[in-house]
Amino acid sequence: MSQKTARWWPGNLALFLVIILSPGISAAENADQAPTLQSIEQDRNTLMLEPESPPARTIAEVFYLILGIVAVIFLLVFVPLLWMLFRFRMRKEDEGIEPPQIYGSNPIELAWTIGPAIIVFVLFLVTARSIFEIEAAVPPHDAVHVRVIGHQWWWEYEYPDYGFITANELHAPLGKDGSPRPVYLDLESADVIHSFWVPQLAGKTDVIPGRINHLWFAAEKPGWYKGQCAEYCGTQHAHMWLRVKSESDQDFAEWVANEQRDAVADPAVAVGRNLFLENACANCHTIRGTSAQGKFAPDLTHLMGRKTIASGILPNTRDYLLRWVRNPQTLKVGCHMPDMKLTQREVEKIVDYLVTLQ
Amino acid sequence: MATIDSYSQNQLTTTPSLTTRLHAWVASVDHKQIGIMYLLMSLFFMILGGLEAFLIRIQLWSPNSELIGPETFNQLFTMHGTTMIFFVLMPMLSGFANFLVPLMIGARDVAFPRLNALGFWLSFFGGCLLYFTYFGAQGLYGAENAPDVGWFAYAPLTSPAYARGNATDYWILGTMLTGAGTIAFGVNLLATIFTMRAPGMLLTKMPLFVYIFMMDAVLIIIAFPPLTAAQVMLLLDRYAGAHFFDPQTGGSAVLWQHLFWFFGHPEVYILALPAFAITSEVIPVFSRKVIFGYVSMAAATAAIAFISLGVWVHHMFTVGLSDVVDTLFAASTFLIAIPTGIKIFNWTATLYGGRIRLKTPMLFALGFLSMFLIGGLTGIMLAVVPFDWQVSDSYFLIAHFHYVLFGGSLFSLLAGFYYWYPKMTGRMMSERIGILQFLCTFVGFNLLFFPMHISGLLGMPRRIYTYTEPSWVLWNQLSTIGAAVMGIGFLFFFYNLIRSLRHGEPAGDDPWDAWTLEWTVPSPPPAYNFEKTPTVRSRRPLWDLKHPDDPDWEHE
Repeated sequence: MSQKTARWWPGNLALFLVIILSPGISAAENADQAPTLQSIEQDRNTLMLEPESPPARTIAEVFYLILGIVAVIFLLVFVPLLWMLFRFRMRKEDEGIEPPQIYGSNPIELAWTIGPAIIVFVLFLVTARSIFEIEAAVPPHDAVHVRVIGHQWWWEYEYPDYGFITANELHAPLGKDGSPRPVYLDLESADVIHSFWVPQLAGKTDVIPGRINHLWFAAEKPGWYKGQCAEYCGTQHAHMWLRVKSESDQDFAEWVANEQRDAVADPAVAVGRNLFLENACANCHTIRGTSAQGKFAPDLTHLMGRKTIASGILPNTRDYLLRWVRNPQTLKVGCHMPDMKLTQREVEKIVDYLVTLQ
Repeated sequence: MATIDSYSQNQLTTTPSLTTRLHAWVASVDHKQIGIMYLLMSLFFMILGGLEAFLIRIQLWSPNSELIGPETFNQLFTMHGTTMIFFVLMPMLSGFANFLVPLMIGARDVAFPRLNALGFWLSFFGGCLLYFTYFGAQGLYGAENAPDVGWFAYAPLTSPAYARGNATDYWILGTMLTGAGTIAFGVNLLATIFTMRAPGMLLTKMPLFVYIFMMDAVLIIIAFPPLTAAQVMLLLDRYAGAHFFDPQTGGSAVLWQHLFWFFGHPEVYILALPAFAITSEVIPVFSRKVIFGYVSMAAATAAIAFISLGVWVHHMFTVGLSDVVDTLFAASTFLIAIPTGIKIFNWTATLYGGRIRLKTPMLFALGFLSMFLIGGLTGIMLAVVPFDWQVSDSYFLIAHFHYVLFGGSLFSLLAGFYYWYPKMTGRMMSERIGILQFLCTFVGFNLLFFPMHISGLLGMPRRIYTYTEPSWVLWNQLSTIGAAVMGIGFLFFFYNLIRSLRHGEPAGDDPWDAWTLEWTVPSPPPAYNFEKTPTVRSRRPLWDLKHPDDPDWEHE
């Protein structure tokens, strides 16, 4: 009987595995190759304990404090526990003898009610103070305002003060020594709930449809800060990356001036441009200065000003653009850009046009 | 006369046919059989949920892995979470309560035996319905064959626009059915405890196990109906054009979170209280001491149950509610640490001065105590709102709640298996395999979940099917190794359960020299439980019996 059971089980487990894995196996066959990304120059890590912005720094300081407190509590409970297991283990000579029964002690129980109460009261004060410290920061007059709109699975950034829209790479000025220029974000969503999380800059805030949330940071060092969407938002939640470029005020001003311009219209790539405008591309993408005014997908006016495509997961090179336009589903399964069924020549012409969008 | 004799002789010597025996279980309204069926159900779903978790860990072994793919991965974590919460931990605690509460209070069955059977079958078929999604949900182009909305199914990801097809409906209906079954269980348990206690067993003289399960039933009755209501609203949204959770037509995505977590947080305590209940029986028996501070343990249980109804917003600190709301809910969350602390201190004090026997139930109870301590302490860290802004929805959070629900609840429930298996089957589980299982489970558990604290601090969000960050690789690989070790531990467990059924040592009525009423009846107990309704005078009736010179009731 028991042997029969043993043979019966693996068979069923294998069946179960086949059933739940089958869509995945077929997806893996379809996928061209795993997307890879060479590390972008000056990429920073996502370790929240190396903060480079005031909110993240406050949180890192609070973390060390509470970690210390809970570590002490852990040792205070765990070490005596281990000692008791050794000290009061059953010995041979104890067999059949019951130890003295202790039913409780009011003073002791009162002590370990009041002690923890004091500790959590202190923790509560720390919490309240740090909440208000981070949240009550008033934007200075030179703060940069950005409207962030989360989409399945990319980020849209609108700079209302400068009047342009871009995607996936957020630029932030450093400010001068001693007076950083904070960035204030208004977070909105076009579809489902996302969450904006760049650990070295600030804690996360959810991006919720029908609601405007707020978040601020002030990066203190130049470089690319990384993060990613932190609220599960559907198939490609894993590939909804965040990149924040912190740069000098001058570089920022140059970037803004370039972004504000309409797209260049190079006659050498007119074929690709017409293909872009005649096909469904224009229904979803905007290229300012052309008739392409779609709002569903990233603004491509200055596509080549960005280091990455596909929400930060692929390097923005001609090679990847070719593969992406040919069939985005091989690089980012389930993304909302369909396989347009273009010919190889059409793909090359369109990419010829795209790479002129500096 | 002779014919009757030979007839009954025949009946006694031939075992009834398989269908007869199956029928005896399927049609049973006996609380013990229903309890065991609950436990078997939870073990069955534990295999499924565990395999799903293992596949998740295999996918996360290496960076940029496309082994499983995003759609399947998203289904796996949705099914894993839903299965473990609704179809493993819930039936497991229901099983123990069903089997033990009537025995512990000296009753012959629960108050409503047929409602009890209804509750079980609703729960069981709820689980079957959920898994039928793999066969029944396909058919619509682009639709998935299993729910992929996450176990808390945040709106508007569950709206027809983002969750096409019927997979999400299988999730809604499966959990709704099991929720109805759970409410039936809660009502029944409460009625049983209130009305069927043996003479002399006042509410203040119940074993802590029964007291804590009483509070658990109260929480179930309060917390599950809001979930059912929210799920009905979601179905109306999906099929009748209602707009409760659809922000584009004036609904609120945040409303779903409030409704879900108003259930979801008490649910955490619904799963944790049974762990407290089992530990409160196992630690005293294996330390040979009465529980330290019965009254404060009971009061702490009531306090936890009450406060747990007012902390749900701590799942929503990143939603952007006002600072005042966040601060108040941080305060209530801190408050719950105080009664929880009392419990941990009282269990530890029970060990002090005892004669500790490190048998398998005790090992798992001590595993619970230390792992739940870690989970509780990271819980305090998460209540510090700004820190929560960083680690919420990261792997730090995954580590935290697995320390609570696995290191906490499941370790204690495993202690329950080793402790009461002799009572349920009449045979002891193997101590040797049990210790092997404990070592594998304990080491594997820590290897699996402790590194997640670190990958969370390194910025790894939950629910991503693949990653690139080089610094996350090591911690994910440690986790996967831990999962394999723990899987071996569970193989030992299942082997032990099956093997001991035939080859275990006969247990006798009272193998652990324990003190509550279930150990006065034979193992397994007869259908009627007690030949004669027992009379009790204290919380440890068997102690009084064994020590007539120094009975408990003189001290209570």
